[in-house]
Amino acid sequence: MKRFDYVRPSSIAEAVSAAALPGSAILGAGTNLLDMMKIGSAQPERLVDITRLPGLDGIDWLPDGSVEIGALVRNADLAYDERFARRFPSVAEALLSGASPQLRNAATAGGNVMQHTRCAYFHDLSSACNRRSPGSGCDALNGENRLHAVLGWSEHCIATHPSDFCVPLVALDAVVEIEGHKGRRELALEALHLLPGNTPEVESALMPGELIVALRLPAEAADFASHTRYLKLRERTSYAFAVVSAAAALVVDAGVVQSARLALGGVAAKPWRARRAEDALTGKPASPEAFAEAARLALADAKPSGHNAFKIELARRIVVRALTEAATGTPERTIPLPGSVFTTQAGSNHVA
Amino acid sequence: MSLSINLTINGQLRDITLDDPRVTLLDLLRERLDLTGTKKGCDRGQCGACTVLVNGRRMNSCLALTASLDGAVITTIEGLADGDTLHPLQSAFIEHDGFQCGFCTPGQIMSAAGLIAEAQAGDDPERIRELMSGNICRCGAYQGITEAVQQAQREMIARNRKDAA
Repeated sequence: MKRFDYVRPSSIAEAVSAAALPGSAILGAGTNLLDMMKIGSAQPERLVDITRLPGLDGIDWLPDGSVEIGALVRNADLAYDERFARRFPSVAEALLSGASPQLRNAATAGGNVMQHTRCAYFHDLSSACNRRSPGSGCDALNGENRLHAVLGWSEHCIATHPSDFCVPLVALDAVVEIEGHKGRRELALEALHLLPGNTPEVESALMPGELIVALRLPAEAADFASHTRYLKLRERTSYAFAVVSAAAALVVDAGVVQSARLALGGVAAKPWRARRAEDALTGKPASPEAFAEAARLALADAKPSGHNAFKIELARRIVVRALTEAATGTPERTIPLPGSVFTTQAGSNHVA
Repeated sequence: MSLSINLTINGQLRDITLDDPRVTLLDLLRERLDLTGTKKGCDRGQCGACTVLVNGRRMNSCLALTASLDGAVITTIEGLADGDTLHPLQSAFIEHDGFQCGFCTPGQIMSAAGLIAEAQAGDDPERIRELMSGNICRCGAYQGITEAVQQAQREMIARNRKDAA
């Protein structure tokens, strides 16, 4: 690992100043950053440790019913917070379907949002990667790319964003609260992660030095609490990134969809909101035909970026499955294998 | 650049001076404090062999930067037994053959200690397996591990009830 300076600011203003210096990286739990520093895909000159900053580790319920999740709230603490999990069960399910218990105990909400792609070519310094080294090319295009993007990719980059947490958050209109030199600003989470286009090295809409201080879910996001799921297909039953995943949330009245939310994970460089599918579902009966049409619309623009055409059909199927499960109703208790498509009902075993 | 921090490790308060900020908690324990019970498997947070309790919570010590942990309370496998009396998890792993080569065992046991403290699994083997998925055993002793966790948890709950009574 390359040597670095370690600084521990005592205020957000100090953190923003230190983080704005060239070569700085923000350290939360470090579960992604330290891993990257060990293999060299991150080589910061300065780590700005924000873990001691006051006021960033709370789950705060605001008077209007929205909830503010501090950037330093650990993944496990959020997922197991009873009030939070009851209002936003698919967010809890997504959190518990990600990583391992040890990582969830450490990893922070802000860090989850800001984690990097797991594209092997991004992390392998001997490979060409426009995201890591602009203009060098993309070895993934002609490499092992069966898990790469099928939506929103460009010839310069076909990486995906690996977060589970972000998928239901984007579906539920989460907002990112950001501190920077010019004070506080807000951004829809959907606008935070950028598609690669011609500049895959620009991964997010954050400016140098800007720090995510909280994520906020609006009160209306809880309207879906009784009919929402996050489903995830993995190459092993647990502790693996999504091949494809879907967060579905419905308001159903007398069998008719009043309101629908849908987002996909594992398919693009950002959590992918499927608004056309949402619009098409609204006012329709919660039926297999409506869900199949929603899946068709959600993947209408999908294109294989390599040996991954199978992901398009898989994504359609997981959309149908997630909508079907959401329409059936949120399980009373988190299932033994959160997010797993191999668990069809509460309490069932994944091994027959 | 030198950093001074305090850590309480297995009940003992220690002053730690770091001449290099790169030291992970795992390397501190093994290379500088001679606490080699905690194992380095992948060093990437994927195998769980380095699991310890940090402020009572199980974490991968390979992905924790020591400099960031000032004031933390650390429990490693060396701190689990009560003198010569094994911790219920240690006894249960022996009884149920929860290992073959033993390399992953300290991490498995510390992870299980964390799992029991979290109290999310109950006695459901399916939930225990899912919540032990951050620990890989290349000998494949998973059945024994699951049974050992179940037994130790039952014993610890019974003991707590007795203490409370």
